[in-house]
Amino acid sequence: MPSLGADMEAGTLVEWLKEPGETVKRGDTVAVVETQKGAIEIEIFENGVLESYLVEIGNKVPVGTPLAKIQGKGATIEEAKPERKAEAAKIAEAAAPQPPECVRKAPDEPAKPFETPRIEGERLRITPAARRLAAQSGISLDMLSNTSNDIISLSDVEERIGDTVASEKFSMRDAISAAMSRSKREIPHYYLSHTTDISTAEKFVSETNKNRAPEERLLLGALYLKAVAKALSKYPEFNGHFTDNEFHQSSAVHAGMAINIRGGGLVAPAIHDTESRDLDELMTAMRDLIIRVRAGRFRARELSDATITITSLGDRGVDQLFGIIYPPQVAIIGIGTPTRRPWVHEGLLVPREVTTLTLAADHRVSDGHRGALFLRAIDKQLQSPEAL
Amino acid sequence: MTPAEIQTALKEELYRIAPEIELSEIDRVADLREEFDIDSIDFLTLVTALGKRFDLAMPEADYAHMGSFNELLTYLVGHLHD
Repeated sequence: MPSLGADMEAGTLVEWLKEPGETVKRGDTVAVVETQKGAIEIEIFENGVLESYLVEIGNKVPVGTPLAKIQGKGATIEEAKPERKAEAAKIAEAAAPQPPECVRKAPDEPAKPFETPRIEGERLRITPAARRLAAQSGISLDMLSNTSNDIISLSDVEERIGDTVASEKFSMRDAISAAMSRSKREIPHYYLSHTTDISTAEKFVSETNKNRAPEERLLLGALYLKAVAKALSKYPEFNGHFTDNEFHQSSAVHAGMAINIRGGGLVAPAIHDTESRDLDELMTAMRDLIIRVRAGRFRARELSDATITITSLGDRGVDQLFGIIYPPQVAIIGIGTPTRRPWVHEGLLVPREVTTLTLAADHRVSDGHRGALFLRAIDKQLQSPEAL
Repeated sequence: MTPAEIQTALKEELYRIAPEIELSEIDRVADLREEFDIDSIDFLTLVTALGKRFDLAMPEADYAHMGSFNELLTYLVGHLHD
């Protein structure tokens, strides 16, 4: 099980998307795990043939646990970020992986209650659909002990879910709390703020969108992402991870985009290779990410790979925000709500659209002087939107 | 398509974005984004969905006529009855 971001140490396997014997290749989604932040797709990191599962559906396992055996390579899906391998291995050792169990049903198979075999021993009689829902909802199978001696069905599990909805929301808050407490404890933050005129960028967006169908339209958010990514090429000390007491600069920019979750909480999954995508590609990536976050489903890589976070208050926020760095990253850019303000432009006092950019960065890696230059570089990029 | 059918379609698309908001609880003449707690990308998602569903261009220049639930409904009815 790969790393799921700084704030999650375990996940519950809820679905296998590949069968034993199937050929798998790097990048294929092979399994789904349920976490405090929702369902996360697990991608495989090597080519081969899936030989056997090592973890059964419904089991909660720590990051670093081998999930399946891949034939040909003799290796297991255990990939974590290279710099975290040691940590992941440690966790895996500490908690011995569950021995593989022989009984498993594909989650998408229609429920066949009458064919569910009675297994020797104390194995619970439960339909696959019910088992899956229980796992997804974080309901322990022990809680479903069947008094009537019937097979546990989907509706039995649904009854139970009502009781646990409140605690699920609580665990999302727990995840945020754990990451932010760690950040405030470990990272010596410094903060900078810079107000900039974004009239040119706004005009560029509305001109671009004038003759475009809705699905091809741009939003300012795509320009912010690209402006930050381009500015980072000159200020790489804000892009990467601080792990094992040192900073590991990343050559690619994987910008984490903070997304508000309806009903409470937020996540900041990564848009990979932000610097090498054009505005239209970034827009597509943003839309795709937001749709999947709203549906509560994203990929493990997206939660662990972000090298810097960008958080924008959008149209209905306030002037500025002071971000808290998401460890092990070393910087977070905050973008305030654009507002019309009196501004001196080409020697005249005129109304212009302005917004306030902020930077919270890690003093173990950089200083305010470089931070200020970095913020100005983002500003400069936003003044030439056609070049983004 | 009747105005009632258009309203049902609009309700469906809003439900996809803001499932926890009850239409009966919102102010239909107040700011749509405020009432449904939707940001610019949600709004673009809504416009994209409506544009596809009704085969309408829904240009950005017309956004000013889509400020509230009622305005958006009037806009759709107006364009679909042309």
